[in-house]
Amino acid sequence: MSTTERNYKVPTMADMTASGEEPEILFWVGCAGSFDDRYKRVTIAFVRILNHVGIKFAVLGPEEGCTGDPARRAGNEFLFQMQAMANIQVLNGYNVKKIVTACPHCFNTLKNEYPELGGNYEVIHHSQFLQGLINEGRVRVKDGESFKGRRITFHDSCYLGRANKVYEAPRDVLAALDADLVEMKRVRANGLCCGAGGGQYFKEPEPGKKDVNVERVEEALSTGADTIAVACPFCMTMMSDGVKNKNKEDSVRVYDISELIAQGQGL
Amino acid sequence: MEIFQQVLFVAALAAVAWYITQRVRLISRAINLGRPENRFDHADERLKTMLLVAFGQKKMFTNPLVGVMHFVIYAGFIIINLEILEIILDGVLGTHRLFAPYITPVYPVLIDIFEVLAFGVLVVCVVFLCRRFVAKVARFQPERHREMARWPQVDAAIILTAEILLMIAFLTWNASDSVLRDRGIGHYGELKGIVPDFIISQYLKPLFTNFSDTALMAYERIAWWFHILGILAFAIYVTYSKHLHIALGFPNVYFSDLQPKGEMQNMPEITKEVQLALGLPVTTEADGSQPNDNGQQPAEIGRFGAKDVQDLKWINLMNAYSCTECGRCTAACPANITGKKLSPRKIMMDTRDRMEEIQRGWKANGNDYRDDKSLLNDYITAEELNACTTCQACVMACPVNINPLDIILQLRRYRVMEESEAPASWNAMFSNIENNMAPWKFSPSDRFNWADQVND
Repeated sequence: MSTTERNYKVPTMADMTASGEEPEILFWVGCAGSFDDRYKRVTIAFVRILNHVGIKFAVLGPEEGCTGDPARRAGNEFLFQMQAMANIQVLNGYNVKKIVTACPHCFNTLKNEYPELGGNYEVIHHSQFLQGLINEGRVRVKDGESFKGRRITFHDSCYLGRANKVYEAPRDVLAALDADLVEMKRVRANGLCCGAGGGQYFKEPEPGKKDVNVERVEEALSTGADTIAVACPFCMTMMSDGVKNKNKEDSVRVYDISELIAQGQGL
Repeated sequence: MEIFQQVLFVAALAAVAWYITQRVRLISRAINLGRPENRFDHADERLKTMLLVAFGQKKMFTNPLVGVMHFVIYAGFIIINLEILEIILDGVLGTHRLFAPYITPVYPVLIDIFEVLAFGVLVVCVVFLCRRFVAKVARFQPERHREMARWPQVDAAIILTAEILLMIAFLTWNASDSVLRDRGIGHYGELKGIVPDFIISQYLKPLFTNFSDTALMAYERIAWWFHILGILAFAIYVTYSKHLHIALGFPNVYFSDLQPKGEMQNMPEITKEVQLALGLPVTTEADGSQPNDNGQQPAEIGRFGAKDVQDLKWINLMNAYSCTECGRCTAACPANITGKKLSPRKIMMDTRDRMEEIQRGWKANGNDYRDDKSLLNDYITAEELNACTTCQACVMACPVNINPLDIILQLRRYRVMEESEAPASWNAMFSNIENNMAPWKFSPSDRFNWADQVND
């Protein structure tokens, strides 16, 4: 693809405020979206979609900090609240009203746990946001890559699904592609965790028969899908590692739903 | 003779009532060991949840076949209480089928319903025994789940066998009674023409046709006494058993979590510390109330997190008493599925076992007795706690809205904040967040570098 016509912009809240503007939404990138090489591509895909549909958005950039989710779940409430209060000061300082994030852990924490500490925002997961754009006809997946004949299976993220009952939005987004959607045995409320939540991502798993992500990937592979769609940075890593563990990285790919939409749009 | 039976019956009834009262007191004292928490808000929503999940058995029907079977036992339990009312009144007053002459047209219909339910309960209990001990449904097997070894298996077998025996007693009692009525003996004969044969027990009558009148009357009495004394004894047994869920399932669902499932409960005592540390105005007292104007009166702060049952909330403890050890939580737990030591069911059973250990301590040494054991370490190990992915599958799976995750997270808080015990890589994650505002060791100033690649 040529890069000559591209002119995607990523304004920060600081820039916008300096020029007296207010964005429609704040895109909360999250630590994985900022630092993880694989998930940075998801961040970029989502930013391209935002540019493409002409939504006025901003990011916090260097002013963003970890929401504190992994610290809280591991038991470190002090650290969580330090992070939360610092972030709330920044967000409230910019008078942020509406937040979109591609990380279900950030989503859950910002949406459900910040209000009690003084941070009240409308928080939307990027699957819900993309679902809205598709429903409004602002996103059409005709100009880019075709997904005809490809089999996609969606892996529910615990913090999106069971924790917040968002089951349909990511599926609706995938339905916009002309692919075959296949479901795994354990889906929605019965979905199987990728194995990373609750701080597991940041340590070796406890001894057992096998790792959770391997169990989950076996289930995904048994659907015959060539693409495992995820909507969470931790699920992304865990599913990718599982696919490698099964030596299927040549035939099976793991993508975030926003990457698939961006591909479908040729962004 | 008749009056002797009445006196005996009233005495048995009174003894059971007294004993159960003692048990209820002890159990509620154990539940009240927990920290206070207001679960009396949003009465409408709570009532609705209880109607759907407890009365309506909504979550049981995620597995439709088992849902229907469980519903038969449940309906049998609820509805057969009407029959027990008559039996108790007969026992106290020395009457026989007290209600029959007063509600003549309805009476046989009612007894037919009870008999169908009793037969249904009997069949389902046999199926459940087979599922557990013959078909060996995985989540019940001690070979796979160490918390199921010994007593939980025995307890389950006792409950199912007792229900089968009670139902057999009820049905054969009706059959022997019908034969006595046909023969026109004593007060049995008085019901001739008023009470017909019943829908199930009529087929059991041939068992008794060769009995002499005396033997038949003896059997009728034995079956009657066995049935009612069995029920009374079962009521006592239930308070020691996992079967307590038949009583506590209802309040347990009523008081269950209403907040979003992904939300971890805030710790106001820490909010205050953090606000002071950051130089922010203090908005919350440690107990969650608003600060008073006359400066900060430091409230008594207990432990951060939970080490023992006293540090948990009362609802966590009620959860433990409401658990019937069905293991749907454990069967859905990704850690358990992949062979880790964590089992959410064990978390609940450990919590109850610990409370019962404390109760035994009270009994032996007085109500102020404290031993030096605790739920953490003596029952639940760090390895179990560390394996949890907080995925909520256990919470979602529980048919009576028990939340094992809440206990796990409170124990983790104690380990991390009071004991500074965490896996080394978690400590590294903590210090990264503290120093770099991200769980990885990257410089915060590089956080926005990704934006350089958007136009690549």
